[in-house]
Amino acid sequence: MSEPARTEPIKAIPVRHPGRWVATAVILLFVAMAVNMAVTNPNFAWDVVRENVFAQTILEGVWATVWITIVAMIVGIFGGVVLSVMRLSPNPVLSNVAMVYIWFFRGTPVLVQLIFWFNLAALVPQISIGIPFGPTFASWDTNSVITPFMAALLGLGLNEAAYMAEISRAGIQSVDEGQVEAASALGMSRSLTMRRIVLPQAMRVIIPPTGNEVISMLKTTSLVSVVALPELLYNTQQIYARTYETIPLLIVASMWYLLLTSILTVGQFYIERHYGRGSSSTPPPTYWQRLRRNMFKFHDTPPTPPSMTILDPNNGVR
Amino acid sequence: MVRSEGVHKSFGSLQVLRGIDLEVARGEVFCLVGPSGSGKSTFLRCINHLEKIDSGRLSVDGELVGYRQSGDRLYEMRDSDASVKRREIGMVFQRFNLFPHMTVLQNVMEAPVRVRRESTAVVRERALRLLDRVGLTGKADAYPRQLSGGQQQRVAIARALAMEPKLMLFDEPTSALDPELVGEVLDVMRQLAIDGMTMIVVTHEMGFAREVGDSLVFIDDGVVVESGHPRDVLANPRHERTKAFLSKVL
Repeated sequence: MSEPARTEPIKAIPVRHPGRWVATAVILLFVAMAVNMAVTNPNFAWDVVRENVFAQTILEGVWATVWITIVAMIVGIFGGVVLSVMRLSPNPVLSNVAMVYIWFFRGTPVLVQLIFWFNLAALVPQISIGIPFGPTFASWDTNSVITPFMAALLGLGLNEAAYMAEISRAGIQSVDEGQVEAASALGMSRSLTMRRIVLPQAMRVIIPPTGNEVISMLKTTSLVSVVALPELLYNTQQIYARTYETIPLLIVASMWYLLLTSILTVGQFYIERHYGRGSSSTPPPTYWQRLRRNMFKFHDTPPTPPSMTILDPNNGVR
Repeated sequence: MVRSEGVHKSFGSLQVLRGIDLEVARGEVFCLVGPSGSGKSTFLRCINHLEKIDSGRLSVDGELVGYRQSGDRLYEMRDSDASVKRREIGMVFQRFNLFPHMTVLQNVMEAPVRVRRESTAVVRERALRLLDRVGLTGKADAYPRQLSGGQQQRVAIARALAMEPKLMLFDEPTSALDPELVGEVLDVMRQLAIDGMTMIVVTHEMGFAREVGDSLVFIDDGVVVESGHPRDVLANPRHERTKAFLSKVL
């Protein structure tokens, strides 16, 4: 009475998506217009771009940018972890100090902080170590201590610490309470529990947004140009202040920033993929896998699931 | 071994323990039973000071838990001193709470090496022996998530035993397990009882209580309702509340 079970694969006509073809046509039109402008508009001055992209001054600026990013992130990550542990401490003094720190450094613009550190000498001309109202043991001239590099490091690093503190707090709080309980039942002290049990597990949550922070930091270093530190943007400005070739030189700087952030983005993807192991059965596809899969299949591709949730408490806006 | 007199504990306005009196002798298997929310797990956590008691006296081996007595005065214990006391009390949790980023062997070795500062070689040997004892030979290098619930709970028991405790606390050790895995955990506990370990067990396994337990206490609403030898209490409960509870679980 009933039909025999159908075991052969289903051959159906896939859903068509004419809208996608229309959208593609419109976008291609815009791309063509943009290319046309880039080629025909002489103000782009591509020859100037080509001349300057590997210029000595620019390369030195790139190097300084990378260097400040690294050092400021180290200050930020260590400071942030310490702050978050303080914040979660049962000691009310420590937790309130951390809260006020985070409140202050997240609540004022990093540009203001940079200028503030650079002008510290106007507030305290001498930095000295001693007992308040008592003897002084050592003293330095503030202007000799706060070089542009120190101002950049303090401004970016201390500000970053406040953001990293919140990221690391989220990571610590993501660890199951039973872990702390099991550790204390074994007689482990609070600090040992933190170091051996909680932080290693918090890393999985902390690492992805930290990648975002690094990328964000790389771009934020351009603010350091205001304290006359010869990083990428400052050196670029030095050149165009002399030659008035503003647009081509800003293109040069943008190309370098894009290159560096692209490298970081790829690195971040692989690090996240590494730390995501075990949490989902299949890791997200790499760029090449995704490109190969999607390039020649314009319709009927099942949507790839979002590769990983990226927690960014500040939404990338500073 | 453990002595509790009038122990009270509240969370905010919620009174969880309202005067617990009991005494656990050395080498005894002491079962705590009662409906959920009766306070039995809270009481267990008070014994190793994971929770602080509000009033009454609670002592382990003649020493107060969480406080130091000097003359008539009680001094609150520092966290570091409390953790020294906890080293002598093993605890096994309902949800195992193994450290997921460490292998089975590292889980068992962590506390003796880091807390008691024993040499790795000595601890390693003891840890492997303990894993043999709980029937997990050859699982030393596995990670907790690769094991079944029953295996994880047996690792948790080995981890607690590695600190060579004088008292073991079990907080519903089989409640999170699939029924067919309960037996393997109870077998390990039974062996531990035969070896003379003092054990306080919060459980719903009445069969285990009847067979292995030396004493049983029925707790409801934060007080001890009935106590005695497990066989007597389970066979002839005297209190209405005990009868009502047992009729549901037996």
